[in-house]
Amino acid sequence: MPKGWTRREMLGVVLGAPLLAGCQGQPPAAKCEGEIVGPNYVLGHRVRDGAAVVPPADHWRRASVVIVGGGVAGLSAAWRLERAGFHDYVLLELEKAPGGTSRSGQSARVAFPWGAHYLPAPLKENGPLIELLDEMNVLEGRDADGQPVVAEQFLCRDPQERIFYRGRWYEGLYLHAGASAADLAELQAFNAEIAKWVAWRDGKGRRAFALPVSAGSDDVEVTELDQLSMAQWLDRKAFTSPRLRWLVDYACRDDYGLRAEQTSAWAGLFYFASRVAKPGGEARPLMTWPEGNGRLVRHLYEAVKDRVQLGTAVVELIPRREQDADRVDVVTLSADGAAWGWHAEQVIFAAPQFVAPHVIRPFRSERPKHVAAFEYGSWLVANLTRTSDVPDRGCPVAWDNVLYDSLGLGYVSATFQRGFDYGPAQWTYFFPFCDEHPKAARQKLLTLDWAACAELVLGDLQRAHPAIRTEVDRLDVMRWGHAMIRPRPGFIWGPERRAAQQPYRGIHFANTDLSGIALFEEAFYHGQRAAGEVLAAQGWKTILTPSSFAPHR
Amino acid sequence: MVRTPALYINVLVVAVCGLVYELLAGTLASYVLGDSVTQFSLVIGLYLSAMGVGAWLSGYIDTHPARAFIEVEIAVGLLGGLSAPLLFLSFTKQFWFHPILYAVVFGIGVLVGLELPLLMRILRDHLNFKDLVSRALAIDYIGALVASLLFPLLLVPQLGLIRTSLLFGILNAGIALWGTWALEPLLSRGLTGMRGRAGFVILLLVVGLIKSEYLTSLAEDGLYADPIVFAESSPYQRIVITSSTAGFQLFLNGNLQFSSADEYRYHEALVHPVLSAAVGPRRVLVLGGGDGLALREILRYKSVEHVTLVDLDPAMTGLTKKFPPLANLNGNSFSDPRVTVVNQDAMIWLEASGEPFDAAIVDFPDPNNYALGKLYTTRLYRLLARRLTPNAPVSVQCTSPLFARQSYWCIIRTLEAAGFQVRPYQIAVPSFGVWGFALASRRPVELPSVLPDNLRFLDSATLKAMFVFSVDTGPVPVEINRLDNQSLVHYYESEWKHWN
Repeated sequence: MPKGWTRREMLGVVLGAPLLAGCQGQPPAAKCEGEIVGPNYVLGHRVRDGAAVVPPADHWRRASVVIVGGGVAGLSAAWRLERAGFHDYVLLELEKAPGGTSRSGQSARVAFPWGAHYLPAPLKENGPLIELLDEMNVLEGRDADGQPVVAEQFLCRDPQERIFYRGRWYEGLYLHAGASAADLAELQAFNAEIAKWVAWRDGKGRRAFALPVSAGSDDVEVTELDQLSMAQWLDRKAFTSPRLRWLVDYACRDDYGLRAEQTSAWAGLFYFASRVAKPGGEARPLMTWPEGNGRLVRHLYEAVKDRVQLGTAVVELIPRREQDADRVDVVTLSADGAAWGWHAEQVIFAAPQFVAPHVIRPFRSERPKHVAAFEYGSWLVANLTRTSDVPDRGCPVAWDNVLYDSLGLGYVSATFQRGFDYGPAQWTYFFPFCDEHPKAARQKLLTLDWAACAELVLGDLQRAHPAIRTEVDRLDVMRWGHAMIRPRPGFIWGPERRAAQQPYRGIHFANTDLSGIALFEEAFYHGQRAAGEVLAAQGWKTILTPSSFAPHR
Repeated sequence: MVRTPALYINVLVVAVCGLVYELLAGTLASYVLGDSVTQFSLVIGLYLSAMGVGAWLSGYIDTHPARAFIEVEIAVGLLGGLSAPLLFLSFTKQFWFHPILYAVVFGIGVLVGLELPLLMRILRDHLNFKDLVSRALAIDYIGALVASLLFPLLLVPQLGLIRTSLLFGILNAGIALWGTWALEPLLSRGLTGMRGRAGFVILLLVVGLIKSEYLTSLAEDGLYADPIVFAESSPYQRIVITSSTAGFQLFLNGNLQFSSADEYRYHEALVHPVLSAAVGPRRVLVLGGGDGLALREILRYKSVEHVTLVDLDPAMTGLTKKFPPLANLNGNSFSDPRVTVVNQDAMIWLEASGEPFDAAIVDFPDPNNYALGKLYTTRLYRLLARRLTPNAPVSVQCTSPLFARQSYWCIIRTLEAAGFQVRPYQIAVPSFGVWGFALASRRPVELPSVLPDNLRFLDSATLKAMFVFSVDTGPVPVEINRLDNQSLVHYYESEWKHWN
């Protein structure tokens, strides 16, 4: 328990007052084993605090390209360089494992995600992503419309979602049970609004909402949505059905770690409209693996790992001029305290924007204005092993299991996706801190010790699984201080995001936050784009053609 | 002053209760153990002899017969009232059922045997011996008649065994409670204690009565048409075997898997078309089929050198050890050295690789939940195909094309979508009705012209006829069953609703 906090206060702050009403009395503390796992705050905070590191002269090496960060963006950039036949690069990652917020873990029975855990099947226009999936043997062909067809074992198993409401589980994410005619009429009207945006094309034939974001339209009819919050948009359209508003709010919390009141309406609609090929059609099916996007990370990492250094913090990037060309010196610190340096021609900065002012030397003295606009949410993620498989009331376990009356997002089951229908289950539980001020949320998260985190998780799950405290034999916790970029109104189409994408003195930026939303597709896109930029700067005949990212039709 | 007529009513109630407990025990014993003649005979004999023991013991109670009578009534109320729930709950514990049954019968018998002698001693002071014996015994025998009429006509059909038991326990304890007032002049002290105990027993049994639905569901009363002779819960399913004059029946989670009377039709149809179509199969794969009955048919083939049987549940593949009649029925097929048993989820097992099989038999329970629906998907059939030689034929049990027509054709089309050429066929199994199968292979399948000798159901003319479908079982348009849509489970649920 953090100093100076009582359990009730902690739960009150974390879960919010309405939920505390259900927590009267002291619940028994978690009896299971577990620990707080990564990320590496010690090394990370040394970077933040601007540690003065000077590598000795014989600790300097050369590489044409240094990639900073081994999350999806950095790995994707490296993967693209490899595929282009360009091998003179090195990728430096702070953590001991690659993947960033897409990393995964492994229990005795099954692998499980620590963060991102699904990827909608791409539309045919997303060429580079299809190239990756083809390489992974995930696709088994194209359908009559030319859309890629995903092999069934990589799709989310049915039932995909279930929702817990008043003592019972129901199939699906929209709460159909007990919905009135008015509720259903609003759901239909909402779907019609989405269908309208799916069908919408601008003068250049671009979709309103496309993946990646950059392939979509910048027409004012679309971008003005960014000025509203999703809640305001619902108000304007006179959507009042509590179930519908819950669904939309859940979508915002799930994808962005924000409430509907805090989310840009552009981002809210993007969630619903970008994954549908044709108006009125089904959303693209979800691809997932027991370990979530950890499978994608593993594939990318396998392709590039010879040139990856894990456990290496980049503490400083020093741009300089050499014979009229930009050069970047990269100063690193490894876990054993050794300082090394790289003389690079180009750097791909595949870390989030908030890191840049701490690392890029000129940014330290003169912090770029756009950085402050990048806001990151804090998330608590827990992985737990549940030993009991007592059947639930109503719909049996699904892949995604959501509690209607909770600020948590519920859990996904790795064992379910793996095809284990009996025996111990592996669940990954997600809780976004949707506080107004991200810094306060982050401080709050980092004061929670393991027991407090376990209490938060088990206290929430207890509503649907009354005996959960006695059924869990291991519960590990990841505290993500900067889990995801937050698409608040005005950010997606504001000037800061565009400014941050501009290369700076040999440093090319690549991270999902540059899209304003945290998605595999966006991180992957920025990795491809930045790799294309450095290949062009290297005078390399780029494999990427402009048509790789064709406008979505 | 003690009122004599009231005590006669006491005798009547006590007599009725006593016989009801005896009937309950006899009925339950024959439910569970079958062979009702033996069970009733044993229970009645034990019960009557225990009553004798009780009567004899009453001679050792020298003082305070009224106090002893009330204590005995409380005890009968408790033990008799809980007898049926207790026996129902021990149904499944084969080892414990006999000792519990006989202990309960003996205990109640002793207590009931104490009742009448004690009552007669209480009444002794109010009547001469001649009248006492004639009236008390007459009322006792009338009580027996009342009970024997009430039990089959009213109690069992209206209340069921558990509620009857609880209700009569309440009556006994009620008599005890009432007796503390009626016999007050004969009871010097300890009234409060007796009333408290009687009240507690009544309360306990009333709670039991209110919760009897739950007790019944625990006890599976009324779930099966025939007496249960074996029951076991594994981590995966509830295994129940019932016994009837026609033989025995196996149920998994309440769903009939086979009846020993007509399973030969099912298993001959499942095994012989595919194994006769495979020319000289050496290695055969069975998915499901943990009862070993398909194995029995497979092992008829001299060419078969090895059979791998993959069934999730060790409790199923080990059932022959616990229930020997099954070993007789499957011809001890699990003891055959050619057979290897793997207790694993079939889909997970198929993901691994190994030497290919020359034929496969897929005999999973009907797809009534997602965990089973998974075993009928294109994914499973594709994984299966990887483990077969290119020409290997496969047979699949596909539920009923009559009762679950869409489900049946969904399985057929799913096999086709997974790259198999399919020949659908169906037979009649009296216990099931019209039942459907698929004969499939990645190459065109020729129907076999030769079948093993000495089959009870199949000959070559019957074989040909199986591939003909009636108008009401013919193809209907359906979706393909995939892991990500589980269409089959949805079809199956909606279709069987009409029939159950």
